[in-house]
Amino acid sequence: MTLWLIPALPYLGALILILAGSKLSKQMAGIIGCGSMGLSALWTGVTGIAFLSGGREPVRLQLWEWFDVAGWNPGVTLYFDSLSLVFTFVITFVGFLIHVYSTGYMARDEGFNRFFAYLNLFVGSMLMLVLADNLLLLYLGWEGVGLCSYLLIGFWYQDPANGAAARKAFIVTRIGDTAFAIGLFMLFQTLGTLNIGAILAEAGSALSGDGAASWPGGPAGATAIALLLVGGAVGKSAQIPLQTWLPDAMAGPTPVSALIHAATMVTAGVYLIARMHGIFELSPVSMQVVSLIGTITLLVAGCSALCQSDLKRVLAYSTISQIGYMFLALGLGAWSAAIFHFFTHAFFKALLFLGAGAIIESLHHEQNIFRMGGLRKELPVVFITFLIGSASLAALPLVTAGFFSKDQILWMAFAGEHGSLGLWIAASVGAFLTALYTFRMVFVTFWGETKTPVTHRPGKAMTIPLIILALFSLLAGFIEVPHNLGHITLFSSFLASVLPSPELITDSLLMEWMSQAAAALLTLGGIGLAYEYYVRNPQSLAGMKRNTGALQRFFHSGFGFDRLYDSLLIQPYTWLARVNRRDITDSLYTGLARFSIWLHRQSAQTQTGILRHYLLGAAIGALIILTISIFI
Amino acid sequence: MNLAFNIAAVIAIVCTVMVVTRYNIMHALLYLVTSFMAVAVIFFTYGAPFIAALELIVYAGAIMVLMVFVIMMLNLGGGSAAQEKQWLSLRVWVFPAILSLILLGELIWLIYSEQYIGSEQIKVVDTKEVAVALYGPYVVAVELSAMLLMAGIVGAYHLGRQRKKIVHRFLERSNP
Amino acid sequence: MNLPAMETGLLLAGILFILGLLSVLIRRNTLFMLMSVEIMLNAAGLAFIVAGARWGQPDGQVMFLFILAMAAAEVSVGLALILQIHHQLNTIDSDAANRMKG
Repeated sequence: MTLWLIPALPYLGALILILAGSKLSKQMAGIIGCGSMGLSALWTGVTGIAFLSGGREPVRLQLWEWFDVAGWNPGVTLYFDSLSLVFTFVITFVGFLIHVYSTGYMARDEGFNRFFAYLNLFVGSMLMLVLADNLLLLYLGWEGVGLCSYLLIGFWYQDPANGAAARKAFIVTRIGDTAFAIGLFMLFQTLGTLNIGAILAEAGSALSGDGAASWPGGPAGATAIALLLVGGAVGKSAQIPLQTWLPDAMAGPTPVSALIHAATMVTAGVYLIARMHGIFELSPVSMQVVSLIGTITLLVAGCSALCQSDLKRVLAYSTISQIGYMFLALGLGAWSAAIFHFFTHAFFKALLFLGAGAIIESLHHEQNIFRMGGLRKELPVVFITFLIGSASLAALPLVTAGFFSKDQILWMAFAGEHGSLGLWIAASVGAFLTALYTFRMVFVTFWGETKTPVTHRPGKAMTIPLIILALFSLLAGFIEVPHNLGHITLFSSFLASVLPSPELITDSLLMEWMSQAAAALLTLGGIGLAYEYYVRNPQSLAGMKRNTGALQRFFHSGFGFDRLYDSLLIQPYTWLARVNRRDITDSLYTGLARFSIWLHRQSAQTQTGILRHYLLGAAIGALIILTISIFI
Repeated sequence: MNLAFNIAAVIAIVCTVMVVTRYNIMHALLYLVTSFMAVAVIFFTYGAPFIAALELIVYAGAIMVLMVFVIMMLNLGGGSAAQEKQWLSLRVWVFPAILSLILLGELIWLIYSEQYIGSEQIKVVDTKEVAVALYGPYVVAVELSAMLLMAGIVGAYHLGRQRKKIVHRFLERSNP
Repeated sequence: MNLPAMETGLLLAGILFILGLLSVLIRRNTLFMLMSVEIMLNAAGLAFIVAGARWGQPDGQVMFLFILAMAAAEVSVGLALILQIHHQLNTIDSDAANRMKG
């Protein structure tokens, strides 16, 4: 089995580009970067076909033993099952398209070779993450992804703001990573292994026994581990309360945003929770926490996206919101629905980001949507593909992939065993918001008058990936169709060997129809409202804007989380650092040194050079010794 | 013998007090010689006639003569007595005097705090015994003191040689 | 033979020693200091003699001889030093020789 080629090829590409990057021409670097990715994608396809045709047995491939400490010997071992296949496919395939796109987008950038080195390193780490057989190796990929995101967000490092954004992303995700690491420690303490299969087997046997009580760490231990893993996932996937880094991460080049902050890296948290689903099933509390986080995030991010004026920030908030949907699905136990949404979201969000990149580049790095407009005729290919991506994001019924995946989540929120009417309403409101902000963006950008002239048109390297992604955004949904519309379950039955499917508390066909109808109406309503306000009747919007200025500012700042953290954590910390500039713990030692110097000065005073004083000292010493010898 | 001891002891103390209090160095030196002579008598009363003789010859004789010569060489005139008087103010006296009195008190306490065997036990140790001890068990110490004296001679020669005054140029400039 | 009591001899030695010490402490003239040191050494020798007589042993007198030798060496070197100090500083004030703060 040559499974190892999948992560090894991007790593090899990164290695070549890092070692010889300065000597290679841009063309050569592009060939190496895209070629390694293309081969990796190809090999994923070959492996996937072999997997599908070969009885779908999970493959475990131990490359070598990593280390051996006190009987614990985690290996560098790859594990390949249907869940890994979905992720690997998306990562390599979408990654390859983004690489191709980047050769066009970054063509005139000085750091071209460096960019591809980072990109390949990132993809390699991400593949390592999803193919890891044990959590330690997963953590290695997890951190590698974090490092690469830091490097790529701060890619244009000459601008201090980009460096600040990179640091912010790194530090905020680090908070989650710390929680994740502690979770791993607890897991290891409980079970003595970090092997995913062993952990899931243990959790499964506990579940089929008498629930969490038969888990070695008890119900509280299982909940603690699950919540700590959620902490890691929340950090990586930019969910509340650690979502603040993602909007700022748009400082990186647009292909980076597409690859890292839409399609792959941010979904690492989703992957982690889905992969460790056994532990979550032991702890209903943590499941509720996950769904609650997802719900709040999707609403908050949706509201924030509504008021952004930066094209990429709109997309960033929409990403947060869509991952909120995935978390909601995870919390509901609808594992395959979450992965399905990830699958479709990867296509249309990468498409949207790449389309946004094409627009931004055409308009000479203009990112404010209110200074765009009328691009419908100027950039037809971008317009059509962007429209398809937006429709998919907004879940336009029946024709887009987003509809099928989101509908599944909505139905699970209503009818799933952990679902409730409240969650369904929240998710539906989120769907309405999604449609509203997506088409607000589309209408403002492509309709109306031309405000900034188009200076440069995207080449083939950029348009072809857009077209391919647009096709997938339309068609990817049809591999999983609800049973009242045709009942295709290719995707969920494909994942069924890894992820259990939830119990439905109701299978009323009427309710399902109604749910779908409501979601469809909300989506269409959102689109219609956006059309009303941004195309037909902009004057009414101006009046509303005046009346709700404060609310808009609040939404625009992402519900003030940045300011909250600034005053709650950063200000006290910098204050402490300022106060403690001279290091309080050090003052003990400097104080000791100063005391010694003072003592030295004092005793140096006795060194007068006058003989009588020395004699007097000797006499006093003799007196003291004599006194001691007499009286003691 | 006790009478001789008492008289000699009184003379020794008085003469030493005079040494301590004199301003004129020549007078002090003469009192010191007298004090040494009185101590020589005391040695005699304790049955050490050889040591008494050495005290006279070496201390009161040789060492004191050496000091007289040095005083003559330094040519300290009447001004030095006035200088000495100025130096020995009351302020200089007080603390050392108190310190010395405390020390003396402690010494007396030490001497009388224990009951010793009576004085009838004291007996004369003649020169022969000293000589036997000196060249028997103490012969190494004798060699060492010979070396000490040798070092003293060489040192005195070396230090006492009058050389041309060489002062470092920087020191000379800073100390006009 | 009727000899004086040991305590009395030691007392005398102590008084002489303390007088010498006092003199050393108050004098600034190096010659006087040297003389005072002689007094102290002599007093110490007296103590040795008295103790030797008490035990009827020659060791006290042997010690005195060593003290004597040492005093002779000390005086010769000390006087040479005083000559040097006087030669260099034109005074025999011990406080004047304080430049090295030794």
